[in-house]
Amino acid sequence: MNLHAVRAIYRFEMARTWRTLMQSILSPVLSTSLYFVVFGAAIGSRIAEVDGVNYGAFIVPGLIMLSLLTQSIANASFGIYFPRFVGTIYELLSAPISPLEIVLGYVGAAATKSIILGLIILATAAVCVPLSIAHPFWMLAFLVLTAVTFSLFGFIIGIWADNFEKLQVIPLLIITPLTFLGGSFYSVNMLPPFWQTVSMFNPVVYLISGFRWSFYGIADVSVGLSLAMTLAFLVLCLATVWWIFRTGYRLKA
Amino acid sequence: MSTTCRDLCSSAISNQGQRAADKTSPASLVYRVRMPPIISVSNLSKTYASGFCALKGITLDIRRGEIFALLGPNGAGKTTLIGIVCGIVNATEGRVWVDGHDILASYRAARSLIGLVPQELSTDAFESVWATVSFSRGLFGKPPNPGHIEKVLKDLSLWDKKDNQIMTLSGGMKRRVLIAKALSHEPQILFLDEPTAGVDVELRKDMWDIVRALKASGVTIILTTHYIEEAEEMADRIGVINKGELILVEEKHELMRKLGRKQLTLYLHKRHTALPPDLQDRGLELAADGSELVYTYDTQAERTGITTLLKDLSAAGITFKDLNTTQSSLEDIFVNLVRNAK
Ligand SMILES: Nc1ncnc2c1ncn2[C@@H]1O[C@H](COP(=O)(O)OP(=O)(O)O)[C@@H](O)[C@H]1O
Ligand SMILES: [Mg+2]
Repeated sequence: MNLHAVRAIYRFEMARTWRTLMQSILSPVLSTSLYFVVFGAAIGSRIAEVDGVNYGAFIVPGLIMLSLLTQSIANASFGIYFPRFVGTIYELLSAPISPLEIVLGYVGAAATKSIILGLIILATAAVCVPLSIAHPFWMLAFLVLTAVTFSLFGFIIGIWADNFEKLQVIPLLIITPLTFLGGSFYSVNMLPPFWQTVSMFNPVVYLISGFRWSFYGIADVSVGLSLAMTLAFLVLCLATVWWIFRTGYRLKA
Repeated sequence: MSTTCRDLCSSAISNQGQRAADKTSPASLVYRVRMPPIISVSNLSKTYASGFCALKGITLDIRRGEIFALLGPNGAGKTTLIGIVCGIVNATEGRVWVDGHDILASYRAARSLIGLVPQELSTDAFESVWATVSFSRGLFGKPPNPGHIEKVLKDLSLWDKKDNQIMTLSGGMKRRVLIAKALSHEPQILFLDEPTAGVDVELRKDMWDIVRALKASGVTIILTTHYIEEAEEMADRIGVINKGELILVEEKHELMRKLGRKQLTLYLHKRHTALPPDLQDRGLELAADGSELVYTYDTQAERTGITTLLKDLSAAGITFKDLNTTQSSLEDIFVNLVRNAK
């Protein structure tokens, strides 16, 4: 195991985070706070409670997930896309490192950053609304698992994309809609039966449901199913990354 | 040097002692006979996804500690060859060993010996010089060593720029940064892909100083260039590649000796519009409006024909006030080789 290399990549990527602190930490915090104002204060005055939970508090897990998904993807995809774009990828390819080590460095850094971000949003939320965390261990477990899984997914996008549009298109056209429709701001049970069924095809529903359960003990789908879906997606991403390195897909000529 | 290697060498000395006596020193002969090549390329081919065949069955050994120049016109396949050895390009066919390690099966061992300065100026932008060079060292699995990084940066006159962001540097300085990155992990083999293309005189001089120092410390250097003077000045051996085929590999001196031609230029007293009939078809040419006569001859030939020529000239009444001889440069040799290969 070339731990020096893993550390070098991790540090390099984290340095990028600190350098772009404004963009990487402050802007998600700001936008999340705006959600609180708009959804929590404005709509929350009409909907007092969902499943016995204060509406402002109810949307917190979904908001954290929203940031976690978009930021994990954005960080990890950019982290690997940029060296490909400017050509510095040559060094990575010529270094005595295994795919596992490359992934540990890049995905580890991207996941770290989104976890930090998630915790900051959580802290911001705790200031605004009455929060309670019923299952702290599972809360952290879902947080870490989601950050890692979607950082892996972002890594794949960063390798697949061959221009900046492609880099943006999946987060913008797929992830954001799925998250908004995934029960961030409502309980799936509030929907008419037909849309409840449709929602079951949205993987983000399982993530948000599981995460919300760790806070308030309420869930749209069973926790076991949430966990299984998250793990299944993790395995799918791992297999894709493995295939990418085995074939050299979009990495080597 | 490991025990086995030392044993191998001493037995080689006793075996080869007799032959060694004739012209080369025993040490250098043993070196040639017994030391395995540091890079061994066997029947290497590359067909790009576009269907273009960039390398066609290249077989080549690079000797330990030599400076090897790979010469070839643009698109000959030099960068592709380097890319395969370094792990950036997948070969279509063939194998490569670096110090005995297969570049695929033992990629870690193989790659940690290699430093690569790529042709393109691909650098980070926002990082400092110090950070990017230290990053390279880590990437190649070496523990941090600020002293070594400092030395490399000083050797490359980058020390006062160590905290600057790379994007603020000039092209020449970025090239230095790339060299520093390649040297950060103390490689045994250094690839320089067109290192002096578009580089100022000062950097070129610095670079050759560094290359000489590296060679003195035992590092093997492989460089590609189409500045033939560089190969002529620096290289121990030269390989010429054209359209994906290795046309020849030769000691530089041998190459010059074998393929070198000499020219004798006679500066005539009078202009001549044509040569007398019996002096035609003898490798003679009138130049400079008929005021110079150029005789091309092969240095390898048994007789150069100069004595006869001079006799015949005086018989024909052609006199000259001065003469000059020139030996063909590597450039001429190269141009001839590539032209003949077409
Ligand atoms: N990724 C690629 N896809 C298709 N053709 C390529 C690719 N890279 C290089 N080539 C072609 O392969 C040939 C050799 O290129 P290269 O190795 O860069 O030559 P050199 O370094 O000697 O100039 C060129 O004709 C080039 O156009
Ligand atoms: Mg080239």
